[in-house]
Amino acid sequence: MDTTAQTDHDPALTGEGADQAQALVYPRINCQDVNVFYSGKQAVFDVSLPVFDRSVTALIGPSGCGKSTFLRCLNRMNDTIDGAKVTGDIFMDGENINSPDVDPVLLRSRVGMVFQKPNPFPKSIYDNIAYGPRIHGLVDDRQELDAIVEKSLRRAGLWQEVKDRLTQPGTSLSGGQQQRLCIARAIAVRPEVILMDEPCSSLDPIATARIEELIDELRKRYCIVIVTHSMQQAARVSQRTAFFHLGHLVEMGDTDQIFTSPRERRTEDYITGRFG
Amino acid sequence: MADHIVSAFTDELDKIAADLMRMGGIVETMILDSCQAVDRNDKELAKDVISRDPSVDRLEEEVERQIVSLIARRQPMAHDLRSVFAALKTAGELERIGDLSKNIGKRTLMLDDAVPSMMRHGVARMARPVSLQLHSVLDAYATSNAETAKMVWESDDDIDQHYNSLFREMITYMIEDPRTIGAGAHMLFMAKNLERIGDHCTNIAEFIYFQITGEYLMPHERPKAPNTGV
Repeated sequence: MDTTAQTDHDPALTGEGADQAQALVYPRINCQDVNVFYSGKQAVFDVSLPVFDRSVTALIGPSGCGKSTFLRCLNRMNDTIDGAKVTGDIFMDGENINSPDVDPVLLRSRVGMVFQKPNPFPKSIYDNIAYGPRIHGLVDDRQELDAIVEKSLRRAGLWQEVKDRLTQPGTSLSGGQQQRLCIARAIAVRPEVILMDEPCSSLDPIATARIEELIDELRKRYCIVIVTHSMQQAARVSQRTAFFHLGHLVEMGDTDQIFTSPRERRTEDYITGRFG
Repeated sequence: MADHIVSAFTDELDKIAADLMRMGGIVETMILDSCQAVDRNDKELAKDVISRDPSVDRLEEEVERQIVSLIARRQPMAHDLRSVFAALKTAGELERIGDLSKNIGKRTLMLDDAVPSMMRHGVARMARPVSLQLHSVLDAYATSNAETAKMVWESDDDIDQHYNSLFREMITYMIEDPRTIGAGAHMLFMAKNLERIGDHCTNIAEFIYFQITGEYLMPHERPKAPNTGV
């Protein structure tokens, strides 16, 4: 691990030389009996699962199985949908994020999100990154902001490619670069958790490999939850995998176990391509 | 288990399993025939056994080629992954069994016609339980029966005991009549080959058990015959 990671203020790093093996068994988020309804129709049923710190948790399952809906519960994105109702408890550091006392805007700075399609702001590359730290008041002066922009772009593996064109629009980048820009934008506000909803589905294999390499790098510092339709991707990037079907959590386990010896028949049928 | 949505995937796995069973069938007769050749001093049969080995090698290559291609194109998971892993490993074990049987055939050709039939019978007696082990483990593979695989895995001990007793028997013949030492040495190698075939069957049983259950049989938990120093 590089030294900047140790000296950087990062809520994911508590105490000196936090041990990675210990971190793996420590749930950053604990979900209990989460149900989601859209206009009275239930989309997610009694899902309880822990999300471990400094590891990647992959959510897999067929279309419409509730994995993206569940992911959106973790930073209360379902609040923005009319008629959506979430019940159950989602504890993050002991605090129920569904409590009315929790400010969803602040919550989303702690739980960043990256979407299927790269969605940079129609602003310069620099401003895309600087936007979050500015509105959250994380910086005092321009020098500090420059440092955050550089560090975020470096962590997203994009700095070398864009350092000489920071004033150009974010939309001028390639798809894969735009997605890394969005990841840089998400980590600029120092989140604890990063949610990714099919982050590679619109990218070519090379850009996908870069994002996967980045995810592997980021998991040393963050708790990451990724929704993916590619089981190979889930197998490659995650340490834990959860399989959803028809709104239910069917099985969750170590990624190795899920892909070599799943316990549930439905998991087996889905990952071996037998779902009829 | 239900078929894959992509039916060609199921067909490819079935083809690999069928080729493996063909390999198994050939090597099973190679064991029996090579030992019958020893027993009856049938040099023609021994040559015939030797001539079958290249077809086993070709089948192994064929199975390997299919598996590499399947992994590249289908990225098998879960039971499919375990079954191609087991098939790949099993093909290697069967190929070795073919080699060991061929070696028994080659040694038969080198045996003097005057070798006492008592010595020949000893090797022939050991062939039956060994080929039965292979037959049972192939049966476990064909019927996806983890219990049968485990039974084979646990009963290798019998083969080892057979080998130990044959070893002592051959030593006795050689002590009694030093003219039998040349033949006795060949017989000991043949017996050792059969004992090794038993070990290969045990390995196959482990792969098949893993394929079916997703769990490993632990070698240190297997019953072992007392060490006789051979």
